[in-house]
Amino acid sequence: MIRPDAPVLLEITGLHARVEEQQILNGVNLIVRSGEIHAVMGRNGSGKSTLSKVLAGHPAYTITEGSITYLGSDLLELAPEQRSRLGLFLGFQYPVEIPGVSNLEFLRVSTNARRAQRGEEELDTFAFEDLVRERLKVVQMDPAFLNRSVNEGFSGGEKKRNEILQMALLEPLVAILDETDSGLDIDALRIVADGVNQLAGPDNATLLITHYQRLLDLITPDYVHVMAAGRILRTGGKELALELERTGYEWVDQELANLGREPAEVL
Amino acid sequence: MPAVVMPNTADWLSQLAGVPMPARGQEDWRFTELAALQGLAPELWSGVDPFAQINLPAGISRIGADEAQGLQQQGLNSTGGGNVWSVRLNQGASPRCLALRVAGEAGPLQLHFDAGAAPGLLALQLVLVLEEGASLELLIQHGSSGPNATSFVVVAQLARGAKCNLGLLAPGDARASLLSHLSISQAPASSLQVTTAVGGWALSRLEPCIIQLEGAAQTRLRALQLVDGKELADTHSQVSFEGPDGQLDQLHKVVADGAGRSVFNGAVRVPRRAQQTNAAQLSRTLLLSERARVDTKPELEIVADDVKCAHGATISRLQQNELFYLQSRGIGAEQASRLLLRGYCEEVLRELPAAAAALNPLELLLRERL
Ligand SMILES: Nc1ncnc2c1ncn2[C@@H]1O[C@H](COP(=O)(O)OP(=O)(O)OP(=O)(O)O)[C@@H](O)[C@H]1O
Ligand SMILES: [Mg+2]
Repeated sequence: MIRPDAPVLLEITGLHARVEEQQILNGVNLIVRSGEIHAVMGRNGSGKSTLSKVLAGHPAYTITEGSITYLGSDLLELAPEQRSRLGLFLGFQYPVEIPGVSNLEFLRVSTNARRAQRGEEELDTFAFEDLVRERLKVVQMDPAFLNRSVNEGFSGGEKKRNEILQMALLEPLVAILDETDSGLDIDALRIVADGVNQLAGPDNATLLITHYQRLLDLITPDYVHVMAAGRILRTGGKELALELERTGYEWVDQELANLGREPAEVL
Repeated sequence: MPAVVMPNTADWLSQLAGVPMPARGQEDWRFTELAALQGLAPELWSGVDPFAQINLPAGISRIGADEAQGLQQQGLNSTGGGNVWSVRLNQGASPRCLALRVAGEAGPLQLHFDAGAAPGLLALQLVLVLEEGASLELLIQHGSSGPNATSFVVVAQLARGAKCNLGLLAPGDARASLLSHLSISQAPASSLQVTTAVGGWALSRLEPCIIQLEGAAQTRLRALQLVDGKELADTHSQVSFEGPDGQLDQLHKVVADGAGRSVFNGAVRVPRRAQQTNAAQLSRTLLLSERARVDTKPELEIVADDVKCAHGATISRLQQNELFYLQSRGIGAEQASRLLLRGYCEEVLRELPAAAAALNPLELLLRERL
């Protein structure tokens, strides 16, 4: 839902970032207001996951230029855990398996960290069980997954559902979902999309990183961005995604060449 | 390097064992400095007999002293444990002995030996006979809060079809030592699990020696050993297959912090008569400090040609991607590290006999690091 007067939650300006010696982001600009759903598309390797990890505060990435403002303050000043407590959520493209750490315990500690930040009381194990059982319904997940180690031995689709479960518990203000639709069967895709739609509201915003129109058939984006060579090359409405379905990404090379870069550099 | 053990203590220990203390030159003790024993007063521990009041569940009965003596000799002969220094020291230190026979399905048994604050050397022996088809779940807890040493020798025999789940939970004290030897013989179709969790001792040495008398038995070993400060923890395990179709599944985990030292030597013997043996040994180390030292050595003697023997060893730090995943969910870096450490330890601790859960082994072993 686009409302020009809605408060800005996230503002990225001229963001450049590198990992080790490799420059990956080359000037990303993006404004996200509350109530909006943004889709970010683009070729493999164009920098989508890098952008999401920079937003979440992954220590391997160095910001070389630019700024990110979140809820009016400098996001880059905040540790990853503080970002999460303040409502920034990243659904990982590849959720990490953590043997020996109980999923239930992990979810509880995580939820309580966010609650404490919001001035809400901590949930004990019993109160949390009630909450988690209710939120499990959002992703139609079997409670048996709570008693396993975090993501350990979960199938690809189960890991993604576990990510959305975390999102349902943390009630983020800005949720970045990095290819949460990849690897899902048709039913699971619908369940995950329903979950995201249930959680999206006028006071929060969602950034969907995806390769596929089939997700955007289920979650209607207000904006579609195309990333290439570490920047947002084009922004449009939901029809841009449909156009990409027809044309593919070939025009990207031309456009980058117009910007004075060799296509070879892009790949 | 000059001997750091106080002459009188060293002499006294040598006298008890009837042989000199092991020197670093000896292969079995190469990495294991016995200096921690130097603080030990040369006297026998004189606290309350820890075997004085033990309630035995149904299915378990006591064995007379003479018979126990014979069984112990026989057990030690079969594994070669009789020549080991720790065993000889134990035998020379007026050990208190508990000998038990298990028939049928016995209730779970729990033994707690706490050397407490009293000084000196406490020597304990446990002899276990599991009759054909018998099953036993036994949790042994060691502890100390003073300048003492506990010497503990377990000799167990599992008859055909017997099942034994033995747990050893030993949170120690930085002034105390633990020397523990286990000689266990298994008849065919028996199954044995030994889970050990040791940490916090100035010196700990564990020697699980298992022999599958005719092969065709199952052995599962799970171990967690933690070192911090200047602690030294050593496990020398040995599993021998004397017939075909035996199985071994061994996992040895280490957490090395501070300037701690950890030693693991895992011997597996598969002679020609032990065809179709299936043995897997994995040793994993979590290194939390630059100053900690870790020596890990699998020692596979495999002569039989038709066997499956796998072994592996890893040494790693806390995984950055795991830490980041937890942090990205609002969990602070320190708490995230603690969660990962706990998870690492839990993999072994959750395999202790059920009675351990009530003792909260994680808290006992990790203490303020939790
Ligand atoms: N640690 C790293 N070291 C070197 N290069 C890296 C590292 N991480 C990412 N890159 C490179 O950065 C580029 C962007 O990667 P990123 O994961 O952001 O792409 P993406 O747009 O998410 O791609 P996909 O659609 O395949 O998920 C790639 O070329 C990748 O190889
Ligand atoms: Mg990606």
